[in-house]
Amino acid sequence: MIEATVRRTDLRARIGLNLRSVAGRAYPRVVGANREPSWILFEALLPLLGIAAYVYVYQSFGDRAIAAIIDATSPGPTRDAAIAAAKASANALIASVVLGGTMVAFWLNVLWSMASQLYWEKEIGNLQLYMMAPMHRMALLGGMAVGGMFMTSMRAVSTLLAGVLVFGVVYQVVDPLALLAVFFVTLVALYGLGMMFASLYLLWGREAWHMSALLEEPIFFSSGFYFPMGGLYQAGGWGRAIAVAGTFIPASLGLDAMRQLTLGQTAFGGTLWVFTVDLELGLLAILAVVFLILARYALAYLEMLAKREGKLTSRHQ
Amino acid sequence: MNTYWRTFKTAAWLGWEMDSNWTEPWLFVLYSFVKPVAGAFILVLMYVVFTIIYGVQDPEAFSYMYVGNAFFIFVASTLFGTFQVIQSDREWYQTIRYVYISPISYYVYIVGRAASKIAVATFAVLITLAFGVAFLSVRVEIGLANIPIFLASLVLGLTVLLAIGICLGGISFLTAKHTHGLAEGIPGLFYVFSGVLFPLSVLPDWGQAIGRGIPLTYWFDITRRLLSPTTSVETTLTGYSDLAILGLLFVSSIVFFGLSILIFKTGEHLARKAGKIDMTTSY
Repeated sequence: MIEATVRRTDLRARIGLNLRSVAGRAYPRVVGANREPSWILFEALLPLLGIAAYVYVYQSFGDRAIAAIIDATSPGPTRDAAIAAAKASANALIASVVLGGTMVAFWLNVLWSMASQLYWEKEIGNLQLYMMAPMHRMALLGGMAVGGMFMTSMRAVSTLLAGVLVFGVVYQVVDPLALLAVFFVTLVALYGLGMMFASLYLLWGREAWHMSALLEEPIFFSSGFYFPMGGLYQAGGWGRAIAVAGTFIPASLGLDAMRQLTLGQTAFGGTLWVFTVDLELGLLAILAVVFLILARYALAYLEMLAKREGKLTSRHQ
Repeated sequence: MNTYWRTFKTAAWLGWEMDSNWTEPWLFVLYSFVKPVAGAFILVLMYVVFTIIYGVQDPEAFSYMYVGNAFFIFVASTLFGTFQVIQSDREWYQTIRYVYISPISYYVYIVGRAASKIAVATFAVLITLAFGVAFLSVRVEIGLANIPIFLASLVLGLTVLLAIGICLGGISFLTAKHTHGLAEGIPGLFYVFSGVLFPLSVLPDWGQAIGRGIPLTYWFDITRRLLSPTTSVETTLTGYSDLAILGLLFVSSIVFFGLSILIFKTGEHLARKAGKIDMTTSY
Protein backbone atom coordinates (compact mmCIF):
# COMPACT_ATOMS: atom_id res chain seq x y z
CA MET A 1 0.00 0.00 0.00
CA ILE A 2 2.77 2.42 0.97
CA GLU A 3 4.80 1.59 -2.15
CA ALA A 4 1.81 2.22 -4.35
CA THR A 5 1.07 5.66 -3.01
CA VAL A 6 4.43 7.12 -2.03
CA ARG A 7 7.08 7.84 -4.60
CA ARG A 8 10.39 6.42 -3.39
CA THR A 9 13.37 8.57 -4.18
CA ASP A 10 16.17 6.85 -2.26
CA LEU A 11 19.22 5.74 -4.19
CA ARG A 12 18.51 2.03 -3.92
CA ALA A 13 15.02 2.40 -5.34
CA ARG A 14 16.25 4.59 -8.16
CA ILE A 15 19.02 2.18 -9.11
CA GLY A 16 16.59 -0.73 -9.01
CA LEU A 17 14.07 1.15 -11.14
CA ASN A 18 16.66 2.08 -13.74
CA LEU A 19 18.14 -1.41 -13.88
CA ARG A 20 14.66 -2.80 -14.44
CA SER A 21 14.21 -0.20 -17.19
CA VAL A 22 17.44 -1.31 -18.85
CA ALA A 23 16.31 -4.93 -18.71
CA GLY A 24 12.81 -4.00 -19.87
CA ARG A 25 14.04 -2.09 -22.92
CA ALA A 26 16.62 -4.74 -23.78
CA TYR A 27 14.03 -7.51 -23.53
CA PRO A 28 12.16 -6.91 -26.81
CA ARG A 29 15.45 -6.81 -28.70
CA VAL A 30 16.76 -10.01 -27.17
CA VAL A 31 13.52 -11.99 -27.13
CA GLY A 32 11.23 -10.17 -29.56
CA ALA A 33 13.69 -10.38 -32.43
CA ASN A 34 14.01 -14.11 -31.99
CA ARG A 35 10.26 -14.55 -32.29
CA GLU A 36 10.57 -13.45 -35.92
CA PRO A 37 12.99 -16.03 -37.32
CA SER A 38 13.28 -14.32 -40.72
CA TRP A 39 15.91 -12.04 -39.10
CA ILE A 40 18.46 -14.85 -39.42
CA LEU A 41 18.28 -14.58 -43.21
CA PHE A 42 18.12 -10.79 -43.33
CA GLU A 43 20.49 -9.86 -40.53
CA ALA A 44 22.97 -12.73 -40.42
CA LEU A 45 23.22 -14.41 -43.83
CA LEU A 46 22.47 -11.82 -46.53
CA PRO A 47 24.88 -9.15 -45.24
CA LEU A 48 27.71 -11.68 -45.62
CA LEU A 49 27.40 -11.29 -49.38
CA GLY A 50 28.48 -7.66 -49.37
CA ILE A 51 31.55 -8.58 -47.35
CA ALA A 52 32.24 -11.50 -49.69
CA ALA A 53 32.40 -9.04 -52.59
CA TYR A 54 35.20 -7.10 -50.91
CA VAL A 55 36.97 -10.37 -50.06
CA TYR A 56 36.93 -11.35 -53.73
CA VAL A 57 38.20 -7.90 -54.75
CA TYR A 58 41.34 -8.49 -52.69
CA GLN A 59 41.47 -12.07 -53.96
CA SER A 60 41.32 -10.76 -57.52
CA PHE A 61 44.06 -8.18 -56.88
CA GLY A 62 46.20 -10.86 -55.21
CA ASP A 63 45.73 -13.29 -58.12
CA ARG A 64 46.75 -10.64 -60.64
CA ALA A 65 49.79 -9.66 -58.55
CA ILE A 66 50.86 -13.32 -58.36
CA ALA A 67 50.35 -13.70 -62.12
CA ALA A 68 52.57 -10.62 -62.61
CA ILE A 69 55.25 -12.15 -60.34
CA ILE A 70 55.16 -15.37 -62.35
CA ASP A 71 55.48 -13.43 -65.62
CA ALA A 72 58.34 -11.28 -64.36
CA THR A 73 60.54 -13.82 -62.56
CA SER A 74 62.06 -17.17 -63.42
CA PRO A 75 61.28 -20.28 -61.32
CA GLY A 76 63.32 -20.54 -58.15
CA PRO A 77 63.41 -19.65 -54.48
CA THR A 78 63.08 -15.90 -55.16
CA ARG A 79 59.84 -16.40 -57.07
CA ASP A 80 58.51 -18.82 -54.43
CA ALA A 81 59.27 -16.32 -51.66
CA ALA A 82 57.59 -13.50 -53.59
CA ILE A 83 54.49 -15.64 -54.19
CA ALA A 84 54.36 -16.68 -50.53
CA ALA A 85 54.59 -13.03 -49.45
CA ALA A 86 51.82 -12.07 -51.89
CA LYS A 87 49.58 -14.83 -50.53
CA ALA A 88 50.26 -13.77 -46.93
CA SER A 89 49.36 -10.18 -47.79
CA ALA A 90 46.15 -11.33 -49.50
CA ASN A 91 45.20 -13.31 -46.36
CA ALA A 92 45.89 -10.26 -44.16
CA LEU A 93 43.78 -8.02 -46.41
CA ILE A 94 40.91 -10.52 -46.47
CA ALA A 95 41.14 -10.91 -42.70
CA SER A 96 40.97 -7.09 -42.42
CA VAL A 97 37.77 -7.06 -44.48
CA VAL A 98 36.19 -9.79 -42.36
CA LEU A 99 36.99 -7.92 -39.14
CA GLY A 100 35.68 -4.74 -40.72
CA GLY A 101 32.48 -6.56 -41.72
CA THR A 102 32.06 -7.69 -38.12
CA MET A 103 32.26 -4.12 -36.88
CA VAL A 104 29.99 -2.87 -39.69
CA ALA A 105 27.21 -4.86 -38.02
CA PHE A 106 27.68 -2.88 -34.81
CA TRP A 107 27.98 0.45 -36.60
CA LEU A 108 24.75 -0.15 -38.52
CA ASN A 109 23.05 -1.15 -35.28
CA VAL A 110 24.30 2.05 -33.64
CA LEU A 111 22.98 4.12 -36.55
CA TRP A 112 19.63 2.50 -37.15
CA SER A 113 18.72 1.01 -33.78
CA MET A 114 20.32 3.53 -31.41
CA ALA A 115 20.71 6.92 -33.08
CA SER A 116 17.46 6.76 -35.06
CA GLN A 117 15.52 4.84 -32.44
CA LEU A 118 14.03 7.76 -30.49
CA TYR A 119 13.05 9.32 -33.80
CA TRP A 120 11.46 6.02 -34.78
CA GLU A 121 9.68 5.79 -31.41
CA LYS A 122 8.36 9.31 -32.00
CA GLU A 123 7.06 8.27 -35.42
CA ILE A 124 5.15 5.28 -34.08
CA GLY A 125 3.88 7.06 -30.99
CA ASN A 126 5.86 5.36 -28.21
CA LEU A 127 8.06 8.31 -27.27
CA GLN A 128 5.51 10.07 -25.11
CA LEU A 129 5.06 6.85 -23.12
CA TYR A 130 8.80 6.70 -22.48
CA MET A 131 8.86 10.35 -21.49
CA MET A 132 6.08 9.85 -18.93
CA ALA A 133 7.75 6.80 -17.35
CA PRO A 134 9.65 7.55 -14.10
CA MET A 135 12.97 6.06 -15.24
CA HIS A 136 16.05 8.02 -16.26
CA ARG A 137 16.30 8.54 -20.04
CA MET A 138 19.81 7.10 -19.99
CA ALA A 139 18.38 3.83 -18.66
CA LEU A 140 16.16 3.69 -21.72
CA LEU A 141 19.12 4.26 -24.04
CA GLY A 142 21.21 1.80 -22.00
CA GLY A 143 18.57 -0.88 -22.49
CA MET A 144 18.48 -0.21 -26.21
CA ALA A 145 22.27 -0.51 -26.31
CA VAL A 146 22.42 -3.76 -24.34
CA GLY A 147 19.68 -5.33 -26.47
CA GLY A 148 21.26 -4.01 -29.65
CA MET A 149 24.69 -5.40 -28.75
CA PHE A 150 23.18 -8.81 -28.09
CA MET A 151 21.11 -8.80 -31.28
CA THR A 152 24.04 -7.64 -33.40
CA SER A 153 26.51 -10.06 -31.88
CA MET A 154 24.73 -12.85 -33.75
CA ARG A 155 25.45 -11.17 -37.07
CA ALA A 156 28.99 -10.31 -36.04
CA VAL A 157 29.74 -13.88 -34.99
CA SER A 158 28.31 -15.27 -38.24
CA THR A 159 30.52 -12.88 -40.22
CA LEU A 160 33.59 -13.93 -38.29
CA LEU A 161 32.77 -17.63 -38.66
CA ALA A 162 32.17 -17.21 -42.39
CA GLY A 163 35.53 -15.51 -42.70
CA VAL A 164 37.32 -18.39 -41.06
CA LEU A 165 35.31 -21.29 -42.50
CA VAL A 166 34.42 -20.05 -45.99
CA PHE A 167 37.30 -17.75 -46.87
CA GLY A 168 39.98 -19.65 -44.94
CA VAL A 169 41.16 -16.56 -43.10
CA VAL A 170 43.86 -17.23 -40.50
CA TYR A 171 44.02 -15.11 -37.32
CA GLN A 172 46.88 -15.32 -34.83
CA VAL A 173 45.65 -14.04 -31.49
CA VAL A 174 48.64 -13.64 -29.19
CA ASP A 175 46.96 -11.58 -26.48
CA PRO A 176 43.26 -12.55 -26.17
CA LEU A 177 42.72 -10.41 -23.06
CA ALA A 178 43.90 -7.28 -24.85
CA LEU A 179 41.67 -8.20 -27.80
CA LEU A 180 38.62 -8.57 -25.53
CA ALA A 181 39.46 -5.28 -23.79
CA VAL A 182 39.73 -3.42 -27.11
CA PHE A 183 36.53 -5.01 -28.40
CA PHE A 184 34.42 -4.14 -25.36
CA VAL A 185 35.81 -0.63 -24.94
CA THR A 186 35.15 -0.04 -28.66
CA LEU A 187 31.56 -1.22 -28.21
CA VAL A 188 30.99 1.03 -25.19
CA ALA A 189 32.42 4.01 -27.08
CA LEU A 190 30.37 3.20 -30.19
CA TYR A 191 27.11 2.84 -28.28
CA GLY A 192 27.97 5.97 -26.29
CA LEU A 193 28.19 7.79 -29.60
CA GLY A 194 24.88 6.19 -30.60
CA MET A 195 23.26 7.50 -27.40
CA MET A 196 24.55 10.97 -28.16
CA PHE A 197 23.19 10.81 -31.70
CA ALA A 198 19.85 9.53 -30.37
CA SER A 199 19.44 12.70 -28.36
CA LEU A 200 20.38 14.88 -31.34
CA TYR A 201 17.87 13.05 -33.49
CA LEU A 202 15.11 13.95 -31.01
CA LEU A 203 14.94 17.38 -32.58
CA TRP A 204 14.86 16.19 -36.15
CA GLY A 205 12.19 14.95 -38.44
CA ARG A 206 12.98 13.03 -41.60
CA GLU A 207 16.50 14.47 -41.57
CA ALA A 208 17.26 11.82 -38.97
CA TRP A 209 16.65 8.98 -41.40
CA HIS A 210 18.76 10.62 -44.09
CA MET A 211 21.51 11.47 -41.62
CA SER A 212 21.79 7.81 -40.69
CA ALA A 213 21.87 6.87 -44.37
CA LEU A 214 24.59 9.46 -44.92
CA LEU A 215 26.68 8.05 -42.09
CA GLU A 216 27.09 4.69 -43.82
CA GLU A 217 29.47 4.81 -46.82
CA PRO A 218 31.36 7.95 -45.73
CA ILE A 219 32.06 6.38 -42.33
CA PHE A 220 32.93 2.99 -43.86
CA PHE A 221 35.45 4.93 -45.91
CA SER A 222 36.85 7.36 -43.33
CA SER A 223 37.11 4.70 -40.61
CA GLY A 224 38.80 2.05 -42.72
CA PHE A 225 36.18 -0.66 -42.33
CA TYR A 226 37.38 -2.46 -45.47
CA PHE A 227 41.05 -1.55 -45.60
CA PRO A 228 43.77 -0.88 -43.03
CA MET A 229 43.34 2.68 -41.75
CA GLY A 230 47.02 3.41 -42.37
CA GLY A 231 46.25 3.38 -46.11
CA LEU A 232 44.42 6.69 -45.67
CA TYR A 233 47.44 8.24 -43.95
CA GLN A 234 49.57 7.30 -46.95
CA ALA A 235 47.12 8.64 -49.53
CA GLY A 236 48.31 12.25 -49.33
CA GLY A 237 47.11 15.30 -47.41
CA TRP A 238 43.42 14.73 -48.10
CA GLY A 239 43.72 11.14 -46.88
CA ARG A 240 45.35 12.23 -43.62
CA ALA A 241 42.64 14.87 -43.04
CA ILE A 242 39.88 12.30 -43.57
CA ALA A 243 41.68 9.77 -41.37
CA VAL A 244 42.01 12.26 -38.51
CA ALA A 245 38.29 13.08 -38.77
CA GLY A 246 37.48 9.36 -38.92
CA THR A 247 39.40 8.75 -35.69
CA PHE A 248 36.49 10.29 -33.77
CA ILE A 249 34.40 7.29 -34.78
CA PRO A 250 35.52 4.67 -32.22
CA ALA A 251 35.36 1.86 -34.77
CA SER A 252 38.43 3.33 -36.54
CA LEU A 253 40.86 2.94 -33.66
CA GLY A 254 39.12 -0.20 -32.42
CA LEU A 255 39.49 -1.89 -35.80
CA ASP A 256 43.11 -0.83 -36.15
CA ALA A 257 43.94 -2.24 -32.71
CA MET A 258 42.00 -5.47 -33.32
CA ARG A 259 43.75 -5.96 -36.66
CA GLN A 260 47.12 -5.55 -34.97
CA LEU A 261 46.11 -8.05 -32.28
CA THR A 262 44.81 -10.65 -34.72
CA LEU A 263 47.19 -10.30 -37.68
CA GLY A 264 50.38 -9.38 -35.86
CA GLN A 265 52.14 -6.04 -35.93
CA THR A 266 54.37 -7.19 -38.79
CA ALA A 267 51.43 -7.69 -41.18
CA PHE A 268 51.60 -5.38 -44.24
CA GLY A 269 55.25 -4.81 -43.32
CA GLY A 270 54.05 -2.95 -40.21
CA THR A 271 53.53 0.15 -42.34
CA LEU A 272 49.74 0.46 -42.24
CA TRP A 273 49.02 0.78 -38.51
CA VAL A 274 47.97 4.10 -37.03
CA PHE A 275 49.10 3.94 -33.34
CA THR A 276 50.20 1.23 -30.91
CA VAL A 277 47.50 -0.97 -29.38
CA ASP A 278 48.01 0.51 -25.90
CA LEU A 279 47.60 4.06 -27.14
CA GLU A 280 44.53 3.13 -29.15
CA LEU A 281 42.97 1.41 -26.13
CA GLY A 282 43.61 4.51 -24.04
CA LEU A 283 42.09 6.80 -26.67
CA LEU A 284 39.07 4.52 -26.99
CA ALA A 285 38.53 4.61 -23.21
CA ILE A 286 38.62 8.41 -23.32
CA LEU A 287 36.15 8.47 -26.23
CA ALA A 288 33.83 6.09 -24.35
CA VAL A 289 33.72 8.30 -21.26
CA VAL A 290 33.36 11.52 -23.25
CA PHE A 291 30.55 10.20 -25.43
CA LEU A 292 28.60 8.85 -22.45
CA ILE A 293 28.89 12.16 -20.59
CA LEU A 294 27.96 14.14 -23.69
CA ALA A 295 25.02 11.81 -24.31
CA ARG A 296 23.76 12.45 -20.77
CA TYR A 297 23.84 16.23 -21.16
CA ALA A 298 22.77 16.33 -24.81
CA LEU A 299 19.74 14.20 -24.00
CA ALA A 300 18.59 16.48 -21.18
CA TYR A 301 19.22 19.66 -23.19
CA LEU A 302 17.67 18.49 -26.43
CA GLU A 303 14.66 17.01 -24.66
CA MET A 304 14.05 20.42 -23.15
CA LEU A 305 14.60 22.09 -26.51
CA ALA A 306 12.29 19.64 -28.29
CA LYS A 307 9.56 20.27 -25.72
CA ARG A 308 10.00 24.04 -26.03
CA GLU A 309 9.77 23.91 -29.82
CA GLY A 310 6.89 21.46 -29.71
CA LYS A 311 8.77 18.82 -31.67
CA LEU A 312 8.92 16.07 -29.09
CA THR A 313 5.87 14.22 -30.30
CA SER A 314 5.34 15.73 -33.76
CA ARG A 315 5.36 13.00 -36.37
CA HIS A 316 6.09 12.69 -40.10
CA GLN A 317 7.92 16.01 -40.49
CA MET B 1 -4.25 2.68 -69.17
CA ASN B 2 -5.03 6.27 -68.31
CA THR B 3 -5.46 5.30 -64.64
CA TYR B 4 -2.12 3.48 -64.66
CA TRP B 5 -0.34 6.50 -66.10
CA ARG B 6 -1.99 8.85 -63.61
CA THR B 7 -1.05 6.53 -60.75
CA PHE B 8 2.53 6.32 -61.99
CA LYS B 9 2.87 10.11 -62.33
CA THR B 10 1.38 10.84 -58.92
CA ALA B 11 3.41 8.13 -57.19
CA ALA B 12 6.60 9.33 -58.87
CA TRP B 13 5.90 12.89 -57.71
CA LEU B 14 5.11 11.66 -54.19
CA GLY B 15 8.34 9.63 -54.15
CA TRP B 16 10.35 12.63 -55.30
CA GLU B 17 8.83 14.85 -52.63
CA MET B 18 9.46 12.26 -49.91
CA ASP B 19 13.06 11.81 -51.05
CA SER B 20 13.96 15.43 -51.49
CA ASN B 21 11.79 17.86 -49.53
CA TRP B 22 13.21 17.01 -46.10
CA THR B 23 15.90 19.63 -46.60
CA GLU B 24 17.16 22.50 -48.73
CA PRO B 25 17.80 21.67 -52.42
CA TRP B 26 21.56 22.33 -52.17
CA LEU B 27 21.85 19.99 -49.19
CA PHE B 28 19.91 17.33 -51.04
CA VAL B 29 22.27 17.63 -54.03
CA LEU B 30 25.27 17.38 -51.68
CA TYR B 31 23.72 14.37 -49.96
CA SER B 32 23.09 12.68 -53.31
CA PHE B 33 26.72 13.33 -54.24
CA VAL B 34 28.52 12.38 -51.02
CA LYS B 35 27.09 8.90 -50.56
CA PRO B 36 28.07 7.40 -53.94
CA VAL B 37 31.43 9.14 -54.08
CA ALA B 38 32.29 7.89 -50.58
CA GLY B 39 31.23 4.40 -51.71
CA ALA B 40 33.57 4.68 -54.68
CA PHE B 41 36.35 5.92 -52.41
CA ILE B 42 36.20 2.73 -50.35
CA LEU B 43 37.28 0.92 -53.53
CA VAL B 44 39.85 3.59 -54.34
CA LEU B 45 41.46 3.09 -50.94
CA MET B 46 41.33 -0.70 -51.31
CA TYR B 47 43.25 -0.22 -54.53
CA VAL B 48 45.69 2.25 -52.88
CA VAL B 49 46.39 -0.26 -50.10
CA PHE B 50 46.94 -2.95 -52.72
CA THR B 51 49.47 -0.79 -54.57
CA ILE B 52 51.28 0.06 -51.32
CA ILE B 53 51.56 -3.58 -50.25
CA TYR B 54 52.31 -5.19 -53.61
CA GLY B 55 54.23 -2.30 -55.11
CA VAL B 56 52.48 -2.65 -58.50
CA GLN B 57 49.86 -0.66 -60.41
CA ASP B 58 46.93 -2.33 -62.18
CA PRO B 59 44.91 0.44 -63.87
CA GLU B 60 42.80 -1.98 -65.96
CA ALA B 61 41.60 -3.85 -62.87
CA PHE B 62 40.90 -0.52 -61.20
CA SER B 63 38.85 0.80 -64.15
CA TYR B 64 36.94 -2.49 -64.30
CA MET B 65 36.06 -2.17 -60.62
CA TYR B 66 35.30 1.55 -60.69
CA VAL B 67 32.91 1.49 -63.66
CA GLY B 68 31.16 -1.61 -62.32
CA ASN B 69 30.72 0.05 -58.95
CA ALA B 70 29.36 3.25 -60.53
CA PHE B 71 26.62 1.33 -62.35
CA PHE B 72 25.90 -0.72 -59.26
CA ILE B 73 24.36 2.45 -57.81
CA PHE B 74 21.40 1.69 -60.10
CA VAL B 75 21.06 -1.77 -58.57
CA ALA B 76 21.09 -0.62 -54.96
CA SER B 77 18.77 2.37 -55.58
CA THR B 78 16.25 0.62 -57.81
CA LEU B 79 15.93 -2.43 -55.60
CA PHE B 80 15.68 -0.36 -52.43
CA GLY B 81 13.34 2.09 -54.15
CA THR B 82 10.85 -0.66 -54.92
CA PHE B 83 10.81 -3.02 -51.97
CA GLN B 84 11.06 -0.34 -49.28
CA VAL B 85 7.77 1.22 -50.40
CA ILE B 86 5.64 -1.42 -48.74
CA GLN B 87 7.62 -1.41 -45.51
CA SER B 88 7.89 2.36 -45.21
CA ASP B 89 4.17 2.85 -45.92
CA ARG B 90 3.27 0.04 -43.57
CA GLU B 91 5.68 0.48 -40.65
CA TRP B 92 6.81 4.08 -40.77
CA TYR B 93 4.07 6.29 -42.21
CA GLN B 94 1.35 3.70 -41.51
CA THR B 95 -0.50 4.86 -44.63
CA ILE B 96 -0.57 1.56 -46.50
CA ARG B 97 -4.18 0.85 -45.60
CA TYR B 98 -5.34 4.12 -47.20
CA VAL B 99 -3.26 3.74 -50.36
CA TYR B 100 -4.06 0.05 -50.64
CA ILE B 101 -7.84 0.52 -50.58
CA SER B 102 -7.76 3.39 -53.10
CA PRO B 103 -8.86 2.50 -56.66
CA ILE B 104 -5.37 2.25 -58.16
CA SER B 105 -2.93 -0.51 -59.08
CA TYR B 106 -0.62 -0.93 -56.10
CA TYR B 107 1.95 -2.52 -58.43
CA VAL B 108 2.05 0.64 -60.61
CA TYR B 109 2.13 2.80 -57.49
CA ILE B 110 5.32 1.03 -56.34
CA VAL B 111 6.94 1.43 -59.76
CA GLY B 112 6.09 5.13 -59.66
CA ARG B 113 7.58 5.55 -56.19
CA ALA B 114 10.77 3.83 -57.41
CA ALA B 115 11.06 6.18 -60.41
CA SER B 116 12.32 9.06 -58.27
CA LYS B 117 15.02 6.83 -56.80
CA ILE B 118 16.11 5.90 -60.34
CA ALA B 119 16.30 9.60 -61.28
CA VAL B 120 18.54 10.35 -58.29
CA ALA B 121 20.61 7.24 -59.02
CA THR B 122 21.18 8.44 -62.61
CA PHE B 123 22.58 11.68 -61.24
CA ALA B 124 24.82 9.76 -58.79
CA VAL B 125 26.13 7.44 -61.52
CA LEU B 126 27.02 10.41 -63.74
CA ILE B 127 28.76 12.21 -60.86
CA THR B 128 30.71 9.09 -59.88
CA LEU B 129 31.85 8.44 -63.45
CA ALA B 130 32.78 12.10 -63.98
CA PHE B 131 34.76 12.08 -60.73
CA GLY B 132 36.62 8.95 -61.79
CA VAL B 133 37.47 10.37 -65.20
CA ALA B 134 38.52 13.77 -63.83
CA PHE B 135 40.54 12.74 -60.77
CA LEU B 136 41.29 9.02 -60.86
CA SER B 137 42.32 8.45 -64.50
CA VAL B 138 39.42 6.10 -65.16
CA ARG B 139 39.07 5.68 -68.92
CA VAL B 140 35.48 6.13 -70.11
CA GLU B 141 34.67 6.61 -73.79
CA ILE B 142 31.78 5.63 -76.02
CA GLY B 143 31.49 5.79 -79.81
CA LEU B 144 28.40 7.38 -81.37
CA ALA B 145 27.50 4.08 -83.02
CA ASN B 146 27.38 2.37 -79.62
CA ILE B 147 25.03 4.85 -77.96
CA PRO B 148 21.76 3.12 -79.08
CA ILE B 149 23.04 -0.25 -77.82
CA PHE B 150 24.10 1.34 -74.55
CA LEU B 151 20.71 3.02 -74.04
CA ALA B 152 18.83 -0.15 -74.96
CA SER B 153 20.88 -2.21 -72.50
CA LEU B 154 20.36 0.44 -69.81
CA VAL B 155 16.56 0.38 -70.25
CA LEU B 156 16.48 -3.43 -70.25
CA GLY B 157 18.79 -3.64 -67.24
CA LEU B 158 16.61 -1.21 -65.27
CA THR B 159 13.47 -3.13 -66.26
CA VAL B 160 14.97 -6.34 -64.89
CA LEU B 161 15.97 -4.51 -61.71
CA LEU B 162 12.48 -3.07 -61.22
CA ALA B 163 10.96 -6.50 -61.71
CA ILE B 164 13.33 -8.05 -59.15
CA GLY B 165 12.51 -5.21 -56.75
CA ILE B 166 8.77 -5.89 -57.08
CA CYS B 167 9.40 -9.59 -56.45
CA LEU B 168 11.13 -8.62 -53.20
CA GLY B 169 8.28 -6.22 -52.42
CA GLY B 170 5.86 -9.14 -52.76
CA ILE B 171 7.93 -11.09 -50.25
CA SER B 172 8.20 -8.14 -47.88
CA PHE B 173 4.39 -8.11 -47.56
CA LEU B 174 4.96 -11.11 -45.31
CA THR B 175 8.16 -10.25 -43.44
CA ALA B 176 8.91 -8.06 -40.43
CA LYS B 177 10.73 -4.71 -40.82
CA HIS B 178 13.86 -6.05 -42.43
CA THR B 179 14.31 -3.26 -44.96
CA HIS B 180 17.94 -2.74 -44.07
CA GLY B 181 18.80 -6.41 -44.16
CA LEU B 182 17.14 -6.68 -47.57
CA ALA B 183 18.71 -3.42 -48.75
CA GLU B 184 22.12 -4.72 -47.85
CA GLY B 185 21.70 -8.39 -48.62
CA ILE B 186 19.97 -8.65 -51.98
CA PRO B 187 22.20 -6.12 -53.75
CA GLY B 188 25.06 -7.97 -52.02
CA LEU B 189 24.03 -11.09 -53.93
CA PHE B 190 24.50 -9.26 -57.22
CA TYR B 191 27.63 -7.52 -55.92
CA VAL B 192 29.28 -10.90 -55.48
CA PHE B 193 27.94 -12.98 -58.34
CA SER B 194 27.44 -10.47 -61.19
CA GLY B 195 31.04 -9.52 -61.82
CA VAL B 196 30.51 -5.97 -60.59
CA LEU B 197 33.89 -5.41 -58.94
CA PHE B 198 35.91 -8.38 -60.14
CA PRO B 199 35.63 -10.77 -63.09
CA LEU B 200 33.61 -13.95 -62.72
CA SER B 201 36.80 -15.95 -63.20
CA VAL B 202 37.78 -15.13 -59.59
CA LEU B 203 34.76 -17.04 -58.26
CA PRO B 204 34.73 -20.81 -57.75
CA ASP B 205 32.97 -22.82 -60.47
CA TRP B 206 29.64 -22.91 -58.60
CA GLY B 207 29.83 -19.14 -58.14
CA GLN B 208 30.52 -18.61 -61.84
CA ALA B 209 27.49 -20.78 -62.66
CA ILE B 210 25.28 -18.63 -60.41
CA GLY B 211 26.72 -15.49 -62.01
CA ARG B 212 25.94 -16.70 -65.52
CA GLY B 213 22.34 -17.32 -64.43
CA ILE B 214 21.83 -13.69 -63.36
CA PRO B 215 20.83 -11.31 -66.20
CA LEU B 216 22.56 -8.39 -64.48
CA THR B 217 25.93 -10.08 -65.06
CA TYR B 218 25.44 -9.57 -68.78
CA TRP B 219 24.20 -6.02 -68.27
CA PHE B 220 27.37 -5.09 -66.37
CA ASP B 221 29.49 -6.81 -69.00
CA ILE B 222 27.95 -5.03 -71.99
CA THR B 223 28.00 -1.69 -70.15
CA ARG B 224 31.74 -2.06 -69.50
CA ARG B 225 32.41 -3.27 -73.05
CA LEU B 226 30.77 -0.13 -74.44
CA LEU B 227 32.08 2.42 -71.93
CA SER B 228 35.42 1.21 -70.70
CA PRO B 229 36.74 -1.85 -72.52
CA THR B 230 39.56 -3.73 -70.77
CA THR B 231 41.69 -6.32 -72.49
CA SER B 232 43.64 -7.93 -69.67
CA VAL B 233 40.62 -8.81 -67.49
CA GLU B 234 39.21 -12.29 -68.14
CA THR B 235 35.44 -11.85 -67.85
CA THR B 236 34.55 -15.39 -69.11
CA LEU B 237 31.78 -13.75 -71.21
CA THR B 238 33.78 -12.88 -74.31
CA GLY B 239 31.91 -15.55 -76.30
CA TYR B 240 28.72 -13.46 -76.21
CA SER B 241 28.28 -10.73 -78.83
CA ASP B 242 26.68 -7.39 -77.92
CA LEU B 243 23.47 -8.32 -79.75
CA ALA B 244 23.32 -11.71 -78.05
CA ILE B 245 23.53 -9.99 -74.67
CA LEU B 246 20.82 -7.50 -75.67
CA GLY B 247 18.59 -10.40 -76.73
CA LEU B 248 19.26 -12.15 -73.43
CA LEU B 249 18.41 -9.02 -71.46
CA PHE B 250 15.19 -8.60 -73.47
CA VAL B 251 14.05 -12.15 -72.72
CA SER B 252 15.09 -11.77 -69.06
CA SER B 253 13.10 -8.56 -68.65
CA ILE B 254 9.95 -10.31 -69.94
CA VAL B 255 10.49 -13.36 -67.73
CA PHE B 256 11.18 -11.27 -64.63
CA PHE B 257 8.20 -9.02 -65.34
CA GLY B 258 5.92 -12.10 -65.38
CA LEU B 259 7.61 -13.42 -62.26
CA SER B 260 7.18 -10.09 -60.48
CA ILE B 261 3.42 -10.12 -61.09
CA LEU B 262 3.17 -13.70 -59.88
CA ILE B 263 5.20 -13.18 -56.70
CA PHE B 264 3.63 -9.79 -55.93
CA LYS B 265 0.09 -11.14 -56.27
CA THR B 266 0.92 -14.27 -54.24
CA GLY B 267 2.56 -12.23 -51.45
CA GLU B 268 -0.36 -9.82 -51.43
CA HIS B 269 -2.90 -12.67 -51.30
CA LEU B 270 -1.09 -14.42 -48.43
CA ALA B 271 -0.66 -11.17 -46.50
CA ARG B 272 -4.37 -10.38 -46.81
CA LYS B 273 -5.25 -13.90 -45.74
CA ALA B 274 -2.97 -13.65 -42.69
CA GLY B 275 -4.07 -10.09 -41.85
CA LYS B 276 -0.56 -8.75 -42.37
CA ILE B 277 -1.20 -5.98 -44.91
CA ASP B 278 -0.94 -3.21 -42.31
CA MET B 279 0.99 -4.94 -39.52
CA THR B 280 3.72 -3.12 -37.59
CA THR B 281 6.70 -5.00 -36.21
CA SER B 282 8.60 -2.46 -34.15
CA TYR B 283 11.18 -3.58 -31.64
